[in-house]
Amino acid sequence: MDTTVHLPGLTLKNPIIPASGTFGYGLEFARYGDLRRLGAICVKGLSRSPRQGNPTPRIAETPCGMLNSIGLQNVGIEEFLEKKLPFLPAEVPIIANLYAQSAEEFAQLTSQVATAPRIAAVEINVSCPNVRQGGVQFGQDPAALAEVTAAVVAHAAGKPVIVKLSPNVTDITVMARTAQDAGATMLSLINTITGMAVDIRTRTPRLATGTGGLSGPAIKPIALRMVHAVAKAVSIPVIGIGGISTAEDVLEFLLVGAHAVQVGTASFTRPDRVFTLVDEVTALAESLGLSSWEEFRGTLKEAGQ
Amino acid sequence: MNALDLTVHAIRPGPDPTIVDLTLSPPPWQPKPGQFVMLRPHQFGHELTWGRPLSIYRCDTNGLRVVFQVIGRGTQRLAALRPGDTVAAWGPLGRGFQTKASGPYLLLAGGIGLAAFGLFATADHRLPESELLFGHRLPLEAYPLYAEIASAIPCEAKRQTSPADIEDFAQELSRRIQALGPKGMVLCCGPTPMLRAVARLCLEHGVPGQVSLENRMGCGVGACLGCVATTATGERVPSCVHGPVFDIRALAWD
Repeated sequence: MDTTVHLPGLTLKNPIIPASGTFGYGLEFARYGDLRRLGAICVKGLSRSPRQGNPTPRIAETPCGMLNSIGLQNVGIEEFLEKKLPFLPAEVPIIANLYAQSAEEFAQLTSQVATAPRIAAVEINVSCPNVRQGGVQFGQDPAALAEVTAAVVAHAAGKPVIVKLSPNVTDITVMARTAQDAGATMLSLINTITGMAVDIRTRTPRLATGTGGLSGPAIKPIALRMVHAVAKAVSIPVIGIGGISTAEDVLEFLLVGAHAVQVGTASFTRPDRVFTLVDEVTALAESLGLSSWEEFRGTLKEAGQ
Repeated sequence: MNALDLTVHAIRPGPDPTIVDLTLSPPPWQPKPGQFVMLRPHQFGHELTWGRPLSIYRCDTNGLRVVFQVIGRGTQRLAALRPGDTVAAWGPLGRGFQTKASGPYLLLAGGIGLAAFGLFATADHRLPESELLFGHRLPLEAYPLYAEIASAIPCEAKRQTSPADIEDFAQELSRRIQALGPKGMVLCCGPTPMLRAVARLCLEHGVPGQVSLENRMGCGVGACLGCVATTATGERVPSCVHGPVFDIRALAWD
């Protein structure tokens, strides 16, 4: 079958994209598979200056998932552009995930990144639950989300802008429509769900910051419900994220309306997982008799129909 | 260097059932002392997320051998493996002990940290002029690997069952590190309080040393940034890639 995914301003060989924050700068995984085979690579969230992140412990394993509170540790935009990006293969689209603390800073960061020829798209992180400033505060307030989205779109040099939505809101479709109206090219969802783990012996939280973001198969039903709702609420493409670890999971997200998916925590269960998933998804789609994604996407027979 | 599926060849609980000796089918790679492997049994399914980082005790044509202590959910599941079971393995990972042709070396092992020194007892990685001091809480018979290592490296074992024993062991560490002096090299693997004590002594007496950290680890490949260690210059670096073995002077200890 033809596994190509056509998105506005971005063509993917297949619908599999490693999610930001779970795949380093891509290079960490080069020994485990051929990076060129991926639909795209979404790199670790980048900020204007390097960030050291939160104190440890900042990960905790939970049933069917994990909590993290990394706090957006990254090398900063300049080191990424100079020392990481040139070493990524030219055949795979690179999506730069951006984090900033104000609309102005988002605009500056976007200008810096969007002019790099190798950057295919930008994804804006308005949903990180683990930083004090910026992050999810933009993703929970429609006015702030509209302002940040518009600022990024205005400075993206015509490149696609993906807004990564937080599930930690009352109604995610409100935020989805807000981002769409502010000019977002696409949406990706969901980021992690705020959670907590504690130790009854030491009577302390298992993460140094107290709470963190839950990811992994535990959140998949929530993610699927939200992707389904958002895909119905907007007319721009949606990228599904949340606990995807098998080929069947990928097709479930496409069935409820996603154009592509991002695979995150599964890369921590085995570093070659995204690569094997590319083959498995194609094989599964072919076994269902599909010849393109268009004939399958969003064809869920709705409940009660 | 891919992730591999290895088969359990043998699994032997020791005289103490919490110390387990696991042999997997031989991988097509050769580790260096101090490196580790991530193991994730297929039986983890969705329930347990991460592989478990384990020191490579032996790796040759007989297979990949790790010796671990049952501590939590992951090691419990590893201990329940049976011959024929499949385990995803990726490695050899990390930066191991940095050694050169001249000694003397003082190897300091605490508890199951002893396993990190297994490769030094093999012909390929024999150290010149080395001795090993082993501090342990369980009876010595609980660690069958001790006898194997002691057949190749001069070893002494000291058991700690009381606070007074721990104080004695601290004194012994201090004596040994001072006697080694600045021309020697300390290599240490054990629980964090021991690493801290050894680091303090090495810094105080100007003795070069390396420690193998046991930070909580997610992916093992430098991506999740869960296992970061703080360096002397205040940088947080993933210990799975920059370590697990660090020069004591390269880390922040306060």
